[in-house]
Amino acid sequence: MTSSTDAGPGTPAGPAAPRPAAPAPAAPPRGGSLRRQEARAGLLLLSPTLIITLVVVVVPLLWAVMLAFQDARLINIRRTGLFGNYTLENFGYVIAQPGFWSSLVTTLIYTVAGTALSIVIGLVAALALRDRFRGRTLVRASILIPYVAPVVAAAFLWEVMLNPQYGIVNTWLGEPIAFLTQQEGTFLGVRVPVALLTVIAFEAWRYFPFAFLFIMARLQALPPDLEEAAVVDGATPTQRFRYVVLPQLLRVVALLSVLRFVFTFTKFDDVYLLTGGGAGTEVVSVRVFDFLTGRNDIGASAAQALVLAAVLVVFLAVYLKFFAGEKEDRA
Amino acid sequence: MTSATGPAPLSRDRVERGVLRVLRPVVIAVLFAVTAFPFLYMLMLSVRDIQELILDPGSLWPQSFTLSTYADVLGRQGFLTFIRNSAIVAVTSVAVTMLISIPGAYAVARLRFFGRRQVHFLFLAVYLFPAIILAIPLFVLFTMLGLRGSLIGLILVYIAQTVPVTVYMLRNYFESVPPSVEEAASIDGCGRIETIWRVVLPLSKPALMATGLYSFMIAWNEFLFALLFLVEKRDSWTVSLGLSQLAGSIEIPTTVLMAGSVVLTLPIVLIFFASERLLTEGLTVGAEKG
Repeated sequence: MTSSTDAGPGTPAGPAAPRPAAPAPAAPPRGGSLRRQEARAGLLLLSPTLIITLVVVVVPLLWAVMLAFQDARLINIRRTGLFGNYTLENFGYVIAQPGFWSSLVTTLIYTVAGTALSIVIGLVAALALRDRFRGRTLVRASILIPYVAPVVAAAFLWEVMLNPQYGIVNTWLGEPIAFLTQQEGTFLGVRVPVALLTVIAFEAWRYFPFAFLFIMARLQALPPDLEEAAVVDGATPTQRFRYVVLPQLLRVVALLSVLRFVFTFTKFDDVYLLTGGGAGTEVVSVRVFDFLTGRNDIGASAAQALVLAAVLVVFLAVYLKFFAGEKEDRA
Repeated sequence: MTSATGPAPLSRDRVERGVLRVLRPVVIAVLFAVTAFPFLYMLMLSVRDIQELILDPGSLWPQSFTLSTYADVLGRQGFLTFIRNSAIVAVTSVAVTMLISIPGAYAVARLRFFGRRQVHFLFLAVYLFPAIILAIPLFVLFTMLGLRGSLIGLILVYIAQTVPVTVYMLRNYFESVPPSVEEAASIDGCGRIETIWRVVLPLSKPALMATGLYSFMIAWNEFLFALLFLVEKRDSWTVSLGLSQLAGSIEIPTTVLMAGSVVLTLPIVLIFFASERLLTEGLTVGAEKG
C-alpha cells in the first residue's frame, strides 16, 4: 500500500533512472545481446507507466471486486481481511433496495438517448461545417466550448439559466418550468419526464462536440472523387449523403456509439451536479456514490458498481455480436 | 443513364439544393447560438449586481457594470486558494505525466520487447474504465492512509488516469518520426536518452503540446475524485470542487458564483484555443520542411 504514496514524489526521478542504463546500446558487442539490451531498455522505459497503472488502477480494481463480496463498512474496514468472510449478502441487499430496477432503467434511457442525440447532432454539425464559409473558425471554436469547459461550470450555468425564479430560459416561457426538480410534466397533453429530459439534453449539448470532432476528421479525409462522380451521375445532395458519404462514416459512427455508450453509462458528474439524482434522474453511478459516502457502506457500493459494470459488459457483448454479424452479412 | 432519367432528378436536385441553401445557415446559426450564448450569458451575469438579476431576470446587458463580484469570489469566498490548489494539482500532474509517458511511449514505438503489443490492451482498458468503480477502493485506501484532504493522492489518481492515454497519443506520433533521423544521431554518438531528448522530442513538439494539454484539462476539470478526497478540507478544494460546493449555498449571490464559473472556465478555454492554433501551426511548419 505504501508503494502508492512513494510513487508520487518518486516518479519525477523515474525517467532519470534509465539514463545510466540507456547509453549502453551505443556500443553493441554482438547482435543477440543488442536485442536483449533493447528489450531490457524497453521494459525499463515503460516501467514507470506500468507501475503507476498497476498500483492506482489494476490493484484497486481487484480490491473493489473483493469488497463487493465482503461485509465492508468504513468503520470496520481494517478488520476485513484479504481472506475469508466472503458473502453474497451485498448483492442481495443492493437488489432489494427500493429504486434498484428503476435506476437501471433510468441509466439505460439516459445513456441511449444521450448517446444517440450527441452523435446525431455531431453529425449534423460536421456536415454543416464541412464546406468553408466566412466565420467557420469562430463557429467551430464556439461548438467546442461546451466540451472543453469544466463540467462543474457547465452544470452550474444550466442550473442558473433554467432556474424557475430568475433563470433566463423561464423568462422566455409563458409559465416557468422547474426543469431540474420536476419529475413529470405535460407537454402538448403528453406526460413527459421533465428532469430526465433536461439531463439528456445537457448530455447531448455537452458531448456532441466530441462526435463532431471525430466525424469532421473523417469527413475531411474522404477522397473527393467518389462524390464528384456521384454529382456527374446526377445524384442529389441527399442521395449523395445517403449512398456515398454515410457508408464511409459508418465505422466512425460505430466507434463513437461504443465510446459514448460506455462513458455515459457510468457517468456520474453530470447527473449528480444537475439534479443530485433527484426527480427521476437517479442513475446507477449516483447510487454507488450515495452508498459510499451517504451510508459508508463500502460493500454495498462496490456490489452496486459491479452490477453496473456487468450490465455494461452484457450490452457491449450484445452490441459487438450484433455489429460483427452485420459486417459478415455485408461481406 | 443521366440522359434517360435526366429531367426528374435534376428538378429534385434543384429543390434539395435550394432547401439546403436555406437550411445550412439556419443550422449553423442555431449551433452557434446554443453553444456561444450560455457562455456569453455567464460573462454578462458575472459583472452585474444580484439585485439587477432578481429585478430584471430577462435582461442580457448589465445596466451597471461591476467587478466587485470577482473581488468577492476571489477574496472572501477563497477562490484564490482554490486556484492555487488547482494549479498545483494540474501542473504537477502534467509534469509527472510527461516524464512517465515520454519514455514509455518511446519504448512502445521503437523498442522490441516482450509484451509490447499487449500493452495496448491495458491502455484501452484504462481509457474505457469507469471512474466510479475505481472511486470505491481508492476512497477506502486514502481514508486508511490518511491521504484524504491531501493533494498528493489526487495528483496520483490523475496521473494514473491520463498516463495510458498520453502514452498512446505520443506513441502514434513517435512512430511517424523517421527512424533514419535517430540512426543518424546514434552514429554521431548519441545514447538512447540523448537521442530522445535532442532528436525525437524537438520533432514532436505538437504532440507534446497536445498530450500536455490533455492531462492539464483532466486535472483542472475533474470533479468526482476531488469531491471524494477533498470535500471535508476546504483549504484543499480545487476550483471545480469549490464552485460545486458553494453553488448550493443561499448566502452567496448567483452573480458572484458566476464570476467563479468564469474563473474556472476561462483558463481552460484560453489554453485550449491558444494551443490548438500552435498545434496546427506546428504541423504545417513540419509539412513545409518536408
